Amino acid sequence: MGLSAASIDAAQLASLRERFPRAFSRTPRERAILIACLVGLSAFIVFCLVRFDASPARIVNGMERFGKIAGALFPPTPGEAFWDLVKAMLESVGMAFLGTLIAAVVAVPLGFLGARNVLPIQLLRFPIRRSFDFLRGVDALVWALVYVRAVGLGPLAGVLAIATTDVGIFAKLFAEAIENVERKQVEGVRAAGGNAVKTVRFGILPQVLPIMLSNVLYMFESNTRSATILGIIGAGGIGFALSDRIRAHRWDEVGFIIIMIIVVVALIDFVSHMLRTRVIKAGVNRPLIRMEDPVAPAAPAVEPGKAR
Amino acid sequence: MDSSIQVRRFEEEFARLRKRQRFELFGYSLLFLAVFHLAADFSQLTLERLAAGLPRIGEYLGKTLPEIKLASLFSDIGVWYYGFLKWLKLLGDTFLIALMATLFGAVGGFVLCFPASRNLAGHYWVYFTFRRIAEVARCVPEVVYALIFVVAFGIGPFAGFLALTIHTTGALGKLFAEANENIDERQLDGVRAAGGNWFETIRYAALPQVLPNFTTYTLWRLELNVRSAAIVGFVGAGGIGQELYQAISLNYYEDVSAIVLMVVVTITLIDLVCERIRHRIIGRESLQWA
Repeated sequence: MGLSAASIDAAQLASLRERFPRAFSRTPRERAILIACLVGLSAFIVFCLVRFDASPARIVNGMERFGKIAGALFPPTPGEAFWDLVKAMLESVGMAFLGTLIAAVVAVPLGFLGARNVLPIQLLRFPIRRSFDFLRGVDALVWALVYVRAVGLGPLAGVLAIATTDVGIFAKLFAEAIENVERKQVEGVRAAGGNAVKTVRFGILPQVLPIMLSNVLYMFESNTRSATILGIIGAGGIGFALSDRIRAHRWDEVGFIIIMIIVVVALIDFVSHMLRTRVIKAGVNRPLIRMEDPVAPAAPAVEPGKAR
Repeated sequence: MDSSIQVRRFEEEFARLRKRQRFELFGYSLLFLAVFHLAADFSQLTLERLAAGLPRIGEYLGKTLPEIKLASLFSDIGVWYYGFLKWLKLLGDTFLIALMATLFGAVGGFVLCFPASRNLAGHYWVYFTFRRIAEVARCVPEVVYALIFVVAFGIGPFAGFLALTIHTTGALGKLFAEANENIDERQLDGVRAAGGNWFETIRYAALPQVLPNFTTYTLWRLELNVRSAAIVGFVGAGGIGQELYQAISLNYYEDVSAIVLMVVVTITLIDLVCERIRHRIIGRESLQWA
């Protein structure tokens, strides 16, 4: 009542300020903490910049050179090798496809082995799960570098590198999906006399297959991105052309390749997103049997006693 | 009588459905095989090459394993990790690259995200432009930026920091903007009705709702950036990656396994810490709402 803006006077304002100091400004303590944080942050940033060897002269020179490069990216041209670039891009997509596929196939049995409800023995499961973590923890680019040493330059190294990292990712995701299945269906199959294989086939697999498929599609998307850079270290695909053009300072062609990568990745994202929504929908409400003309509403409900 | 008709209908319908399913399966299999064949063709994958390559991989990985005997366990590990301190310092650099890139990228994403969200941008074209900027920054892989920045700024961690910063700005800008688009609009109306301008609307209506999301996304990005920071060194952008690249290129087999193990352990540790902090933030939020 007495607090409407017109009737407020200096004394009331002062008493309000005393009662609710935080509504007016920060308390001195808060202000001190804030300033200390900002000073600490600035000191940290300066320390890092010194550690990174970023003198002002270097930054200015670099900015100047970067401005020139950014300007030279336009207008992008494919140079004389348009079809070679398209082929290299397709090679990248092919590498991603095969790598994801191989990983998915290998990861299904591993996923079952890593799931608590399939393999209840903790002592066996622990090393299996940790080895997934290891495969996952090492980036595809590191594996690619190793495989280039082992099997030679070319897309095969890239395929294997993508597959290796993805086995770790898929096996973990699959194992988690399997651990989360509804128990009732598994018990149903078991109660009807199904053996272990049949329990997996009819009790677990129908529940986890849509999840697995959608994971695989998602990883295909992300692998297309990785496959574009594996070539930089010689593991096939568009990355080789890209690093080649960058080293030769042919920036207009670099611009073209970058745009090509963006377009293809966006395209794959779109297709995979579409397929994923379809897969998930199909998994959620797939009608087992669709009656074309439902008799049920018209026909009298069959009484249990009279049915036979 | 009724039930027998129903059973027959059921059987017919079931047979029809099965037939269609088999047909679809056949079609999809054909399509799949065609794509598979094309992909195998493009990436020159043949069974012979695979068979020839796999044993060599085993051989290579075997060579990277250090010789450690139980009798001289500690001295063997000491020989294996002869460069421990140097590698630790480089790992520290890698972590600093990731931390700085996350910090600057988060600030960049924060600036970018408000005009890039549909409900706060005001004008459609503002939203469209800023959203596309974020997407392009995010779409180009870090390593590509690193290659370009190494040419512009010279070899070293600064190029890696810049490359990761740009990528992080794009990625976080997009995530932040998506968080902004999911807020409760009534609070925006409230501040606007009280006479708040655009900045005040964002500061007092949008920000309190999205700040916890921003924090968790940023921490999650830090985990990813530590991984990327270890990688950008391959193209000369500093940190442990540069050392690892040399070890692999020059065939210092045991160094490879030693460095990879250090990197994996570091990444796992940082993941664990970040995950714990994230869960704590999420947990406190859900307590506040309760």
